Amino acid sequence: MNVAIFDRAAKLALLQIQEFFALAARAVLRGFAPPFYYREFTTQFAKIGVDSLFIICLTGLFTGMVMALQALIQLRPFAATSYVGGMVAVTMIKELGPVLSSLMVAGRVGSAITAELGTMVVTEQVDAMRVEGTDVVKRLVTPRLKATLVAMPLLTIVTDTVALGGGYLIAMGYDINLLMYYKSLPQFMVFQDLIEGVVKPAVFGFIIVMISCYIGLSTRGGAEGVGTSVKRAVVLSSVLILVTDFFMTKIFIVFR
Amino acid sequence: MDAGTERNSSIRMERVTYSVGGRRIITDFDMSLEKGVNRTILGVSGVGKTTILKLLLGLLKPDSGEIYLNGQSIAGLRESQLSRLRRNIAIVFQNGALFDSMTVGENVGYRLLEEGELSEAEIERIVLEKLSFVGLEKTINLYPAELSGGMKKRVAIARAIAAEPEYIFFDEPTTGLDPIGIYNIRTLMLTLQRQGKTTLMVTHDLHTAFAVSQRFSFLHDTQLIFDGPEEELRNATHPGIREFFSPTEQSLFVNDRINDLDPLLHERAVTHLARQRPIKH
Repeated sequence: MNVAIFDRAAKLALLQIQEFFALAARAVLRGFAPPFYYREFTTQFAKIGVDSLFIICLTGLFTGMVMALQALIQLRPFAATSYVGGMVAVTMIKELGPVLSSLMVAGRVGSAITAELGTMVVTEQVDAMRVEGTDVVKRLVTPRLKATLVAMPLLTIVTDTVALGGGYLIAMGYDINLLMYYKSLPQFMVFQDLIEGVVKPAVFGFIIVMISCYIGLSTRGGAEGVGTSVKRAVVLSSVLILVTDFFMTKIFIVFR
Repeated sequence: MDAGTERNSSIRMERVTYSVGGRRIITDFDMSLEKGVNRTILGVSGVGKTTILKLLLGLLKPDSGEIYLNGQSIAGLRESQLSRLRRNIAIVFQNGALFDSMTVGENVGYRLLEEGELSEAEIERIVLEKLSFVGLEKTINLYPAELSGGMKKRVAIARAIAAEPEYIFFDEPTTGLDPIGIYNIRTLMLTLQRQGKTTLMVTHDLHTAFAVSQRFSFLHDTQLIFDGPEEELRNATHPGIREFFSPTEQSLFVNDRINDLDPLLHERAVTHLARQRPIKH
């Protein structure tokens, strides 16, 4: 009995993984052939990127401030407070910036994508699109994927910049001037860190969109089904972001 | 229907079986749609009527059996190939399934815009023409959320006919509408039939079914139990059909259940049912 349940669950999980990767592959490949749905792309870019700016700035500001505060407390006994800028920068650009902005986008945008697509499924709008001759992946998934791949690195750059600004606001209270703060940045960082800082959010954006679209398009069972899908999408995206971050960091360390 | 006619039908299902999560929805279902012969699939709610429309359109894949569109089997076809076969067919979904993010005009012109073969001015002219056909040309810039249920269905009809399909499927087109709304939908369906469109409707609304169709299929307990014209359907003796037609017979079933529960409730129900008159067709 238990073996049968496990067997069924394992098969279902494998099927879902296969479907997920098939959807991802189709979404990527469809991006290279017309029609390109420019209007849909700009709409999604505005929703995913521009509309997320406020929450991203807020996240960056307070994270930068708290990072600086903690660093200054640790550095003060060693008379090394001038290194605070570098410490904030390396932590934000390599790790916290990509991860926190991605988690924010997963909560804000991923949930919206899943809810929108899930509602379209349960109200038969997706079926209507298919009957009207539309390639649903190309119309609904690819523009969201493209918009996120462009928006996520940009949002992360904004997060990092605002975080550095927030860190400086705190550092000023410890008699650190702008020049000292700025000069400490390259002491902790190499060029590859900047690459890491924009590649990671692009990968996380891919995870957020594909998970949200896959779960949204698999929604069944009316309003309750949409709610369940949204919860699944946000939880799964968030966990995968954290897991992927670990493995990507390992890879970047190997190639350092 | 003889075998020759069935083979010539451009849309047909042969021994189609479909299940969801181990639950059988339809079993060995046969049906064909001949051009000019408007058909209705009848059956109680939840029996699988909408599933048949979705199977016919290739939106669902059957467990077994064959489905033919334009005389070609759709088994194993890719979505792009299915799209080409569906070009001749449109569907009006139960709740309209209008795209919420688009205006009424964009909804109606959706397929034409997607195909990209006509100029924007030409598409706008067609959109206005179709909207005026359903009497809603003034709603062109409104969003679906601003329309009533009946208006949504009429917009869905306008969208369905925008690309001039030969076959139009209707999924419960009169459900949830007031008598005027039902009259409007029936009139539109009859007008479309006069213009040469062939309709396939699924419904449990007998009045509309008899008003707009010449041939009927009856789905009961996952199976097709009747296929024929109106007279034969009215005289059919299958208990599933009789139960569907006669509220008195249907009530006998309910009476048994009520009787098991509460004798007083049973007595009240019998008194109430005795006052009711059977539906006349």
